[in-house]
This record gives sequence, structure tokens and C-alpha cells, in this order.
Amino acid sequence: MEAKSVREKEQPKTKETFEPKIVAFMCNWCAYSGADLAGVSRLQSSPNIRIIRTMCSGRVDPAMIMRAFELGADGVLVAGCHFGDCHYIEGNYKTMRRIELLKMVLARLGIDERRLRLEWISASEAEKYARVSFEFTEQIRELGPLELRMN
Amino acid sequence: MSKPKLALYWAASCGGCEITVLDIEEKILDVAEFFDIVFWPCAMDFKYEDVQAMGEKEIDITLFNGAIRTSENEQMAKLLREKSKILIAFGSCAHEGCIPGLANFFDRKGIFEYAYKQSPTVEEETRGTYPQPHTRVPEGEIEIPEFYDTVKTLDQVVEVDYIIPGCPPQSFQVWGVLQAVMDILKTGKPLPPKGAVLGAGDKTCCDECPRERKEKKIKEFVRPHQIIPKEDECLLDQGILCMGPATRSGCGALCVKANIPCRGCYGAPPNVRDQGAKMISALSSVVDASNPEEARKILETIADPLGTFYRFSLAHSTFRRAQIPNGKAQEKVVAQQEAEAIH
Repeated sequence: MEAKSVREKEQPKTKETFEPKIVAFMCNWCAYSGADLAGVSRLQSSPNIRIIRTMCSGRVDPAMIMRAFELGADGVLVAGCHFGDCHYIEGNYKTMRRIELLKMVLARLGIDERRLRLEWISASEAEKYARVSFEFTEQIRELGPLELRMN
Repeated sequence: MSKPKLALYWAASCGGCEITVLDIEEKILDVAEFFDIVFWPCAMDFKYEDVQAMGEKEIDITLFNGAIRTSENEQMAKLLREKSKILIAFGSCAHEGCIPGLANFFDRKGIFEYAYKQSPTVEEETRGTYPQPHTRVPEGEIEIPEFYDTVKTLDQVVEVDYIIPGCPPQSFQVWGVLQAVMDILKTGKPLPPKGAVLGAGDKTCCDECPRERKEKKIKEFVRPHQIIPKEDECLLDQGILCMGPATRSGCGALCVKANIPCRGCYGAPPNVRDQGAKMISALSSVVDASNPEEARKILETIADPLGTFYRFSLAHSTFRRAQIPNGKAQEKVVAQQEAEAIH
């Protein structure tokens, strides 16, 4: 069964009613733990972010990011370990190169590359996660809803 | 018993798929012997009305090549769907848009603007005259098909039973499929599962490639004319952008055997939704950079990344087309494409 885009069910958004939908792919070892720590420490973070835990940020295929946009995400955050910290040694280097190339491709497809953000967040950087979550939400709010044109 | 009925049709395509059917050489006579060819505008004289007069599901098999560019293409696709038991998307255009699908970087306005106004080959007296679906002439009204904004693939307008990929599908594969079909019709064997890809492998092009692969570390991408590639070494290792890792096998690694990188015409390998995304994934793993600036510098040596990754599959990709707002931002896209063409 094909997943349906949430866009189809929604009312048209105006600037006032627009709440950004953000999908965050976070690596199990650093970024996800960082976000978890933010929760445990009762730090406030943006409620617009829907986290998907992956084993490594290098696991995040560009097709998954595109699919997120297709199904209704207005922004996608990919977060992993700092360089040198990767549990799988060099997964995050691959992520970095992948996101660079994907941004180039998205920009040429007419999708603002600021809708895709890459961050390195360690398991202890709860504040950084909280800050990034608000920053990115505000960025997407400013960019407005992503309206894909299929025809 | 009457012969099974076969139809072949072309929509927005170059005609290469028709040639590949004839490339099975004298075996075409066996096909004509076995089947009653009821519709094949490229080779035989049949008219639209002939198909229209047929009963529902009267044609056993239709090989449909070409993308859906105009309302006429769509109308024919719907008509042939109605009249056929089995509809096969034949070739890359019907399967995933192929080269006609690259027009999805623009829309109707942009394409017309160039083709009928800016292009240096337009005659001065007709410059800026655009085709209209309806035109009044003294004798009455003329109607021509509507040109769509977006090229669609066959499965985006009608239900498709099977796919034969390739630009064009290799003739030995076509013959293989036709033989299998004749065998099924003769013996009543079960059909392959619906949606199956016929006449192709289930691995990637790299699997068929005879070249030697080493661990890849790419410092710079080059175009095929800039170096003389070594005959037995992986082209990607040598910095030539080869689509092999993200392309379905089945062609017999034709291009790479001729020292030319794979262009990706057999489409995405099994279980891959978006060929371009897979190529992005594969490429970024082998770029030799340890920081974003360095990575960007190397990646910027790729000439026309979008047109390379999605050369055959843009119309069937996740986004299907460039996200240009209707009419707006056209100049920006054109300028970017032109700059890349020069590069």
C-alpha cells in the first residue's frame, strides 16, 4: 500500500496557520541520545520535529530524504556524530558528502537547499539539539510550506 | 484457433524501440507467423478507427513505447489499455520517461518560448507563433493535441502489466521475452507476477561489467573526452561518471565494453525507487573528501549532475519534475542549464 502524502488531506496553509513539519533522521549513538538527553533534562525543544532513529547517519539514503519531502515534510534534518566519533568509524564522512551532493541536486530541482540541514550532535549536546530544533523550525517557517508540483 | 493478437504503438519516443523489434532480424517472421499483428503504425497500415472498432480486451499483448507528452499520447494509452489483455511498457520512455522526460526541467511555457521564439532556427516571419489546440481557418476549426506541462510515464496514466526496460531494450532481450510469451500462450503456463520487469537482470550493470574494480577514491570527475580511459579498469575509478552502480543489469554491459560510461538506460535496479538518489548515495561514498568544502569542490566537477543522474528516469523519480512555479523562475533555470552546458 502506497503511503499517501499528508498534503492531500490538509487545508490550504496560510502564513498564520502554517506549522512546519520536520522529519529528523538521527543516529542511534550520538544525535538521538543527544535529543533524548534534552528530553530527560527537560530542555524545551521544537515540537515540529518528528524524529526517526537510524543506526548511523550514514544509513540515511537520499531516497529516504526525498521520500520525506514527497510525503509532506517541509524540512529534513539529518544529525549524526561529530567527525572522529562515528560508531562505525567513517559513516558520518559519507553522510557529509552525500548531503552536499543531495543539496546540489535539490537546488537544481528547484527545492531550496536550506530545507535540508545536516548537524553533528553528540550524546551530551542536549542544548545544541534544542537550539538546532528551534533554529531549523524558524528557518522552515520563514521559507514557508513546501508545495510540490507533480504536473 | 485464431492467432493471438499483437499490437505495437509509439507515443513520445524516437523510434528506436521499433527498430529494436526489427533487430531480431529474420525471427520477426516467426513473430508474424505466430501472432496476428493488428496494430503497428510504424510498420503497417492501420488506423485509429481500426483499434476503436475492436472489442474490449481483444488484443492479447500490446507493446507500448514512448512517454506521454501530449493529450493524443494519453488518449492512445487509454484506448490500448481498454483493448488489451496485457499492456507492456516497452522501453525506457514508457517505463520512466527517458530523454523526453528531461523536458520536465522546464514546462510548456519555457519549451514553447525556446522552440518557437528564441531558437536561432525559427524563421523570422513565424517567430513567436505558438501552436494552439484550436485554430480557426476559413474552412473551419482545426484541432491539434494539447501539449502537456509535464511528461508522464505510461504507468502514471494507465495500469501497466509488465515492463521491458532499456533505451532501447536490447534485441536479444526482446526476442527472449517474445519467445517466453509465445511459449506461455502455446502451453498455458502461468504468467509472471504483475508488474514484473521482463527482459532484464536483477542485479546492477556493474555485475556484468568486465572491468577490474579497486577501492574507489575520487579526487576529480572527468568527462569521457578529457582522458583516454584504460580499457580494463573501472571507469568510475578513473573519475568518469558511470551510472553502472545504480542501473539494472540486462544490457550485457554494452557501453562500458566500448569504453563509454553507463548512462543508466535500464533504469533503477530492483527495490530502488529513485535511480538518481541511489547514484547520489553511491557516488558520495567514493568521493575522497573529509570536509564539506573539499567535497563540494570535487562534486562541482560533475558536469550537469541532475541531467546525468536522472538522464532516463526524471519523469518517474520522486519529484517527477523540476519544481518551477508555473511560469515563474524560468529564466533562472534556463541560465543555470546554459552555464552548465558551457562547463
